[in-house]
Amino acid sequence: MNFLQPFEKIGELALDKLAFAGRMGIFLAMSIKNLFLPPYKLWPVINQINFIGSKSVFVIMFTGAFTGMVLALQGYYALRQFGSEGALGSAVGLSLIRELGPVLTALMVTGRAGSAICAEIGIMRNSEQLDALECMAIDPFKFLIVPKFIGALICLPLLTSFFDFMGVYGGYVIAVKLLGVNEGAYFQGMFKSVIWDDINMGIIKSFCFAVIIIWVCAGRGYFLHFEKEGFGAEGVSRVTTKAVVMSSVAILVWDYLITSMLI
Amino acid sequence: MSEKENIVIEMKGVNKSFGKQRVLIDANLSILAGKVTVIVGASGQGKSVALKHMLGLIKADSGEVLIYGNDIKKMNKAELYHARMNFGALFQGAALFDSITVFENVALPLRERTKLSEKQIREKVLEKIDMVELEGSEDKYPAQLSGGMRKRVGLARALVLDPQILFLDEPTTGLDVKMSKEIYRLIYSLHNKFNFTSVIVSHDVPKIFKLADYVALMANSTVQGLMTQEDFQLSPNPVVKDFIEEIMGKIYNSGV
Ligand SMILES: Nc1ncnc2c1ncn2[C@@H]1O[C@H](COP(=O)(O)OP(=O)(O)O)[C@@H](O)[C@H]1O
Ligand SMILES: [Mg+2]
Repeated sequence: MNFLQPFEKIGELALDKLAFAGRMGIFLAMSIKNLFLPPYKLWPVINQINFIGSKSVFVIMFTGAFTGMVLALQGYYALRQFGSEGALGSAVGLSLIRELGPVLTALMVTGRAGSAICAEIGIMRNSEQLDALECMAIDPFKFLIVPKFIGALICLPLLTSFFDFMGVYGGYVIAVKLLGVNEGAYFQGMFKSVIWDDINMGIIKSFCFAVIIIWVCAGRGYFLHFEKEGFGAEGVSRVTTKAVVMSSVAILVWDYLITSMLI
Repeated sequence: MSEKENIVIEMKGVNKSFGKQRVLIDANLSILAGKVTVIVGASGQGKSVALKHMLGLIKADSGEVLIYGNDIKKMNKAELYHARMNFGALFQGAALFDSITVFENVALPLRERTKLSEKQIREKVLEKIDMVELEGSEDKYPAQLSGGMRKRVGLARALVLDPQILFLDEPTTGLDVKMSKEIYRLIYSLHNKFNFTSVIVSHDVPKIFKLADYVALMANSTVQGLMTQEDFQLSPNPVVKDFIEEIMGKIYNSGV
């Protein structure tokens, strides 16, 4: 009998993963369904915009500026080897708008808001608050999850554009003020090479990332009771860590997939 | 049974396991309209689990749970929520929403499920908060309350929509004797006034018997019959006998 044990373990693990995927699928389906069902309430959404968006603005702008600065610095020395410092503006602009803006913004929001959302919902699951909602015939999806989705869908594109703006400006400071690149060349190069498709790609990405963040983070918290080690404070912290890692990985993988589709 | 039409909730042959642990084995229980049904039993016997089956929060592995004659498993979400509109529930751990105040906790069902104005909500909430003697604590957060106070907030929240069926999981555990008496008196007077149905899980034997129309004992992973409290105390069922003896000593059971 014993020689079968490894296979049993593998089978168990596979079933676990399958069940997890199924639950997460149902979670997304329920969220989308409730997104369109009345009643529509404004206040919970505004609260979420405040939580996900307003409170992230500063940190996003800060990281955006430094990302633009380091891009300019790296780009300058790389491009100078080929004598094409003039392309610096378009290099900074394109990398920010197409790639780094949406991705880094999403990663920052995962760290700041995604983790908090996972912990909040996980604690509500652990202390039977979600059951209490159910008993009052209040749908947790409508009441808790949908406002987070809407909030994130509104905030992420906005935060991404702040990130891009600050990045471009940070790059400008380094390139023009510090390294002496011609100001006209920096901006003209940027305006010439960044076309509507690039901006579009950035926006589509940030919408997708918004869904990923809330789906993964809220979903893992919501299904805390299915986790083998989902008990107590440690259970919440463990699942929050998992949610942040999973959300970050999913963002990077999805970024590749969507880029390969849109490019 | 001639009371068939008066059954509001019925568990029929319910089995439930968590992993390898069998918590409910062939559990049968009927909750009769307008009556107080008390579920007693030692800790860990599945009282809370049985209650959660009736609320539709846990699905049975096999067997049926009927609400007003309809099988919970066959209900869709809208139907289940419709049935729950008539429920008020107090959880064992109170399950208050810990990031909003006591007032907002009690107000939440009104805000989400009724169209009352802010003024009407305020009136209703304060009335219920007075009822459980928590006036002055409206603006506190659950974490700032004692266990007994939290229970009372939970009770106020369960009562705020004037439910037809009230589920109370250990409503007086953690309360002092005087407060327990107050809660019993409150439940009793509410019953006389509104004639709703209640299911109360309690450890507080024999005091809780005064309130009970029917008593059910959870032991050995199942419900040991449903009896009036007089029948319960004189029951020939050895499991019930043991329980009575253990809790109240031999005199109660001598039958003389
Ligand atoms: N969600 C759960 N997962 C696993 N076991 C559970 C769960 N809920 C309850 N149990 C187990 O079921 C048994 C009955 O629990 P419970 O109904 O809470 O007892 P009580 O009669 O004290 O209310 C206990 O042994 C408990 O460990
Ligand atoms: Mg219990």
